[in-house]
Amino acid sequence: MNYNWNWSVLFQEPYLGWLFSGLQWTLLVAIAAWVIAFLLGSAIGILRTVPNRLVRTLAAAYVELFRNIPLLVQLFVWYFVVPELLPEDLGLWVKRDMPNPEYVTAVVALGAYTAARVAEQVRSGIQTIRKDLVNAGLAIGLTPLQTYLYIRLPISYRIIVPPLTSEFLTIFKNSSLALTIGVLELTAQARQIENYTFQGFEAFTAATVLYLVITLLVVLLMRLIDQKTRIPGSVGAN
Amino acid sequence: MGDFDFQVIVDSLPFLFDGLIISFQLTLLALLAGLAWGTILAVMRIWGPAPLRWFSAIYVNVFRSIPLILVIFWFYFLVPLLIGRPVGNFTSALIAFSLFEAAYYAEIMRAGLNSVSRGQVYAGLAIGLSPRQNLQYVILPQAFRNMIPVLLTQAIILFQDTSLVYVVALSDFMTSASTVAKVEGRLAEMYLFAALVYFVICFSGSMLVKHLQKKKVA
Repeated sequence: MNYNWNWSVLFQEPYLGWLFSGLQWTLLVAIAAWVIAFLLGSAIGILRTVPNRLVRTLAAAYVELFRNIPLLVQLFVWYFVVPELLPEDLGLWVKRDMPNPEYVTAVVALGAYTAARVAEQVRSGIQTIRKDLVNAGLAIGLTPLQTYLYIRLPISYRIIVPPLTSEFLTIFKNSSLALTIGVLELTAQARQIENYTFQGFEAFTAATVLYLVITLLVVLLMRLIDQKTRIPGSVGAN
Repeated sequence: MGDFDFQVIVDSLPFLFDGLIISFQLTLLALLAGLAWGTILAVMRIWGPAPLRWFSAIYVNVFRSIPLILVIFWFYFLVPLLIGRPVGNFTSALIAFSLFEAAYYAEIMRAGLNSVSRGQVYAGLAIGLSPRQNLQYVILPQAFRNMIPVLLTQAIILFQDTSLVYVVALSDFMTSASTVAKVEGRLAEMYLFAALVYFVICFSGSMLVKHLQKKKVA
């Protein structure tokens, strides 16, 4: 193997700055998309459990649609196609005046995609709750909505902390797709350093280590949250 | 959207079909290689001596912590360097996908191997099979059978993921659609059509998985 090692390239400007700016964009995309995914996914997950059949079917259709199309295709549809489908004024605004269009598109696309996955977790969380708990709630005079607010949701969210953690890690990794529409996040910056310096080994190692460190931090943090919120008496609780 | 041009889709169908074949080839080859290597990793993790167990655990966790695009870039850069001459982007993508998917298949197979009851293992040893024969004829076949729906779901995910070879310009289905979209200036038509094709294939796949799961329960 013929390769000139030069690890110091990682600590020179502008490359060090590129890495950190990349890391920052990765986190900004992932966190903003997670907010959308969590809220929209929770709403859709809840709608999948309501008595109304039409509502349930529509929510299921959302999940199937967004789960069965590759994220890259969805991203391109959001970026290139959706502005054309919008009403003319809005479409023009999106194309010309919207600030940071690549970033916003990446966040919306990633959020909508991950919402389908979050919805499945929320639904399965709600469905694991025993019927008699809900019936008990109804018997003491709670409305169906109140049974969601006070019984089903608080319990389900505590149950699904671990799968939601892996969904967050997935969104964090998937944020790398934003590079295809021009967001210079971590993976894109590593590639750019490779292109400028030919030190691909060092650049990709740096990106890999940064991804590993963030993953590790998230896992540790969520383990703490899981321990704090775990329902006493459930499997593994102390 | 009044001027939606179906003709551009029809005209590019042969070109897109070639791309789809590449996507399927990549999926199938990466599936076979990833499943084989993943099964070895799972066996190492469960029955291997400590160094192999650690290797397998670190391998799986590292690959599962980094984005697939980064892995594709890694091997696009690394493979020619290691071999000493340029290789096609299909080869480097195939290696990247196989090694990456192996980490996910390893976790599936680990669950599958653990799902085989202890009685089966002891029974195999009791009738005089060597540990290797026991693995080959008793444990692995049952582990595969138990995991078929999950393995298929992962195959659908893999098929979707192959669209990411776009970043190294390998002309799979997605990249071909994108090429036509740019050359003809018909972005809406081509990307919506690509979405439709992927949806039909993946949705049929997931229906099949659901059917298999029902059959297993029944």
